[in-house]
Amino acid sequence: MKEEQLQVFIEGTKYFFSTFAGQQVDVGVPYLVSSDTKVAFDYTGIIGIAGARKGCVYFSAPGRLLAKLLQALGEDDLEDDNLCDVVGEVANTVSGNARRDLGPEFVISVPVIVKGQLEDIKLPREIRSFVIPITWGQDKAALVICLE
Amino acid sequence: MKLLIVDDSNIIRRKIRRSNKVGDLEVVGSACNGLEAVELVKQTQPDLVTMDLTMPEMDGIESIEKILEVKPDTRILVVSALADKATAIRALTIGARGFICKPFTEDELNDAFEQLLEDI
Repeated sequence: MKEEQLQVFIEGTKYFFSTFAGQQVDVGVPYLVSSDTKVAFDYTGIIGIAGARKGCVYFSAPGRLLAKLLQALGEDDLEDDNLCDVVGEVANTVSGNARRDLGPEFVISVPVIVKGQLEDIKLPREIRSFVIPITWGQDKAALVICLE
Repeated sequence: MKLLIVDDSNIIRRKIRRSNKVGDLEVVGSACNGLEAVELVKQTQPDLVTMDLTMPEMDGIESIEKILEVKPDTRILVVSALADKATAIRALTIGARGFICKPFTEDELNDAFEQLLEDI
C-alpha cells in the first residue's frame, strides 16, 4: 500500500471524529503487523473489501470510547446495541469515504461486528496489516487496513 | 410533509430524526434496508425519503429505483458514506434529488432538506 493511500484512511478517521463528534483525535505513527497479529479492543467493526483491492478494513475500540462517541453524537442510549452500531458506522464511513480517492472499484461490504478478540476472523496470510493507532482523550483505538 | 428515514444504522436514523428541519416534518417511519423501505413507501406514501446506500437485503440504489416505480414523485435525499463521484452521479441519474456524504454536519443536512423542499 502506498503512503498516500494510507493517508486517505488517516484523514478519513480524523474527519469522522471532527465532524460527527466535534472533537479531534490524535493519530499515532502507523505500523505493520503480520496476519497472525490482530489488534482488538472491546468492539470491532469490520468492512470486507472487494473489487480492485481485496481484504478488509476494521475499526476497533473500547466500550468507553464508543459510549463517549455516542454521547457526542447526541445519543443517550449507551446500551450494547448502539455500541455495536457506532463501531460499525466508523468503519463503514471511513471505508466509504476512501472511495473519494480510491474510486468506485473499492467495493465495501456492510459492517460485521465482533465483540472481544478476533480469533475467528481470518486475514489473508500473505498480507501484513497497517495499524493506525488512535487516541481520543484517555482512550485508545485502532483502524486496521489489511489489503492485497 | 411526510418523511421516511432509511439507514441500516440506528444511530444515524436517530441523528437524522433529531435535526432541526426534520422537526418540521412528519416522520412516518424508518427502515433499516432497501426492501423494508419499499414496503414502507407503499404503506405510508412519504413525500421525502433519506436513503443510505450500503445496506443489507437490498442496497440503496435498487431501493431508489423501486421506490420511484411505486411513487414517482418521491423526493429522495441520499445520505451515504460512499464519497466517490461515480456513485453520486449514479444515484442522481436514477432519480435521487440530493446527495450528502457521511459524516455530515447539522448544517449540511438542514441545507439539503431545504433544497429538497424548495420547489414543492
